[in-house]
Formats: sequence, C-alpha cells, structure tokens
Amino acid sequence: MKRRNFVKKATIGTMASVIGADIVFGSIMPEGYKPLALQDPDPFKMFNKDLGMVVLNDKPWNIEAKAHLLDDKITPNKFMFIRNNGLIPENIDANKWTLTFDGESVSQQKTYTLAELKSKFPQYTYQLTLECGGNGRSEFDPPAKGNQWTVGAVSCASWTGIRLKDVLEDVGIKDDAVYIGYHATDVHLSRDPGKEPISRGAPMVKALQEETLLAFKMNNKDIPIAHGYPLRLIAGGWPASVSGKWINRISIRNKVHDGTKMTGDAYRVPCNPVAPGEKVKEEDMCIIESMPVKSLITYPKSGAMINKGKKLDIRGHAWAGELEVVKMEYSIDFGSTWKSCPIEKPANRLAWQHFNASIDFPKEGYYEVWARATDSNGISQPMLLPGWNPKGYLNNACHRIAVKVT
Amino acid sequence: MQEHSKFKQQVKAIYRLMAGLFGLFIVVAVGILLLLSNPDWTRKKVPETEQEYVAIPEEDDFDKIENGIHVRTGLIEADGLMAVVNNCTNCHSAKLVTQNRMNEERWIATIRWMQETQNLWDLGNNEEIIVNYLVSNYPPKKKGRREVLSNIEWYDLED
Repeated sequence: MKRRNFVKKATIGTMASVIGADIVFGSIMPEGYKPLALQDPDPFKMFNKDLGMVVLNDKPWNIEAKAHLLDDKITPNKFMFIRNNGLIPENIDANKWTLTFDGESVSQQKTYTLAELKSKFPQYTYQLTLECGGNGRSEFDPPAKGNQWTVGAVSCASWTGIRLKDVLEDVGIKDDAVYIGYHATDVHLSRDPGKEPISRGAPMVKALQEETLLAFKMNNKDIPIAHGYPLRLIAGGWPASVSGKWINRISIRNKVHDGTKMTGDAYRVPCNPVAPGEKVKEEDMCIIESMPVKSLITYPKSGAMINKGKKLDIRGHAWAGELEVVKMEYSIDFGSTWKSCPIEKPANRLAWQHFNASIDFPKEGYYEVWARATDSNGISQPMLLPGWNPKGYLNNACHRIAVKVT
Repeated sequence: MQEHSKFKQQVKAIYRLMAGLFGLFIVVAVGILLLLSNPDWTRKKVPETEQEYVAIPEEDDFDKIENGIHVRTGLIEADGLMAVVNNCTNCHSAKLVTQNRMNEERWIATIRWMQETQNLWDLGNNEEIIVNYLVSNYPPKKKGRREVLSNIEWYDLED
C-alpha cells in the first residue's frame, strides 16, 4: 500500500517523462482525478474478477471471460466481461446522483434523484443477456479493428431496477419521439471534457419494453463500479453498448440518436451483404438492433480427455437476441450429423437458456463437439463465419470444444 | 597403526566439516523460512511517512527490452518503436495496437479516424515511421473462413 503511494508520488513527479512528452489535455484534467496510468494496475483485484479472465485492453479496460468460466446459469460478477469505451468515472456519489430527461421529444425537461427513482416506481428483476456487439471479432478475415474478443464478451446476470417505460410515462413524451439516447459520466480517453466516450440508445419500441430497465442492482447487490454503478440502462438482447453505464441523462429524440458511437461504422453492419474486405459507404451501414442466435458450451472446458466407453456430459447456454431459442443441436463429426438436445425455456424473455447432452463417442480419437442453436424464426448459427463486416460485429458461428477419447 | 589413526583423524575431520556444513545449512534454512513467512522481520518498523521514500530505482531501465519485446508496453522491438510508444500510448493502451493486424491502408485509416474524432495530433514526419512499424510488425494474418482449434490444453476429465 505504502509502496504504491510512493510510486504514485514519484510517478506524478515525472509524469511527463513517463507518459510521454505531452499529457494531452493535462491542463484540464479534473482535480482529484487519478490518470488511468496511475490507477491500481491489478484489474482482477480492482474489479473482483476471476484470475482466469483475459485482459484485452487496460486503457480503457476491456476484459473477457472464457467459455468454461460462463458455466453459471446466472453470471456472477467475477466472470462478467468488461467493455469500456472511456475511463471509469471517479468519486461517484450515489446520494447525489440524478437522472435528467431532455431532448426534442420530451414534454418538459425533468430531473429525478436516484432515491426518487427507487421509491417512486415499482421495481422488477429480470435475467438479461448482454453480449458485446464485437464478441467473436477475433475470427474475422480480413481482421477487423478493435478489441479482439473471442467468445467471452457475453453474460446473463440478474438485474433489478425500474422500467424505463414507467419513468417515460411520468416524464411525458411527445408523439414524434423516435429514439432515446443516454449520456453518462465516464471520461473520454483523451480527457477532453467536450467529448463523450459513448452515447448510444435505442428506438422507442425497445425503450418501452417491459424488460428495459433503469437498473441499480446486479445479482441483488449494488452494481459493481465497472458495470455502471449507481445507475445503468439495461436493454437485454441488443448489443451491450445500448445498456449505458453510469447514466445521468436520457435524451428523447425526434430522430435517430446521433451520439458518439451511433454514427459512422460504430455498431453498424452493411445493410446489404458485402465481400470480405470490401469498402462500405457510411450511408450503406445499418445500426445493429437485436443480436443473432448464438450458444456456448460451458462444460467441459475444451481439451477434455476421456476414456473410451465413457459418456461425455456437456452443458451450456443459448440465446437469440429479441427471440427465443427453440432448438439446440450438437455434432461430433464436423456437422455431418446433428443430434438434438433439450433446451430449457428462458427464466424470462431475453434471458439465456440452458442446454445439456450426454454424448457417446463411437471410437477412440480426436473429436470436436460443435453446438448449434436455432431461433424462433428458424434461423440457425452458421458453422463458418457469418457475413464479413468492416468492424467485425455479430460473429455467431458455432462454438466448439476439443475432446480426445483414449 | 599410524596409517590407521591417520585415517581415523581424516574421518573425524570430514565428520566435523559435514557437521559444520549441516549446522550452517540449518541456520540458513531457518533464515529463509523466516524471510518467506515474514519478509519484513529484519526490517525496523519505519514510520509510514518515511517509508514513502524507500528507494525504487527510478530509471530501472524504463524502456527495457526483453526477448525482442518492449517490456513496459508489450510492443515488438523494431525500427520506429519509440515513435509508436510516444505517440500511440498516451490515450489508449498499447494492447489496442498489439491486438490488431492491419495493412498499410487500414493502419493509416485508423490514424485518420483518431485524428478526426479522438484528438490525435498531426504526427508529422513520425507518421511514416509509425505506419512502417505497424505494417512490418502487425500485418494482417490469413485466417480463412474458420481457423482450426489451436493451443488446446489437454487434461484428464474426472467425473
């Protein structure tokens, strides 16, 4: 502890030489703000994450799980991925926290304290699947720019909060409302206070769903700071970036929200399919809404060796954005044959569903178990990479694990 | 007879030496154990404020290279390394660079995007150095439509 203080002091003294000649926007750095370079370097301790989690990026923090860590039906904090676009806000005071509603389509601007929100509106708890739009990006060829997520940027925790629609009703919105856009207190990487790291949102139809929450609890406790304490918008089944963290303002827009990462190629895919590597014009990119059908084998961990004659029990989760998974299959012969296995109903809409199977292997050797889910529209996961897109979103290719029978 | 006693003496000498060494070993072992269980046992309790000045070799080769890797950032050591360190790791982690693989056109497009939207400054003459470094050390890798599973850690699955 003391040693860290020393390092901190020494580092501040020589910060210019340490971080490079210029500290961008150093002069406007908020007082009392610890530059990220000086924040506790142990993310596992700082965020209470399991040591098996993988740090993809430490500025901003981006940490993912591995498939076998996601075995719980309800994802605990220690296995929940972190995807941050900016720097985590500091000095959060929940007692002084407010949420303001504004925008072209709000009848009247209105501000609530967090305490008011908690006491004035009925509370609901749902298990909600949150998957990063870029989960699986690492597999795209040509490679897509950004954090190279493999399979672990997905979670399904239990979220408690109030319905956004109840609050919007109380605020009063105009008939021309099209979209909501959130604003939050995180800090842009360049520390430019004029820039928001991310400000996304959803069309009114998603905003008004019963499961769309202003959440203040995750797994029945205060939301961990890295996941949006003290107030987070939760829109299950959509790219997790819609579920804004640390939110203090929601704008009701009379057009599609144009905040940071709503425009350009962020969280957008080509409206029409393109060849790998093809250039796509900005106006030909469409905003991602519901996430595609997908599944993960969470047990056993890939690399299991079993004795011949023994059955292999597998299990995992499947989800389908706004839809439900209606069929689950697995293959041990690279898709030549598929066997169906039971898939449970979701705990509530937008929660991931659990499957299990007991597998016989015909002879010794190397196998891969592939899992494939099908949604209520009859759409299944592809075995190969789905359509290439410039930013590498929506890779829902079948998950597989390696097994050896000896 | 003389031979015999001489031999006895030698044996005794060896015995004493062994005993001495054994004693020394015990003392050292106890010392190590103590150190392991409580690394601070030899140190005097120093008031906390003073402890802040415990010397950490400040310039302990801040830009150390090990096995061709710039330890502090994880970047590959090659021409242009420090230009990349000084221009590309101020706002974001070097991990955002090392995770990615792009060709020249796309690395440049990424720089332009950061200049247009993320407050990245004009890189001047350094731009060519930086782009060359990135293209040489972090070029795209062919993956095809689906890669084989690799780096599998095999283990016996118990019931």
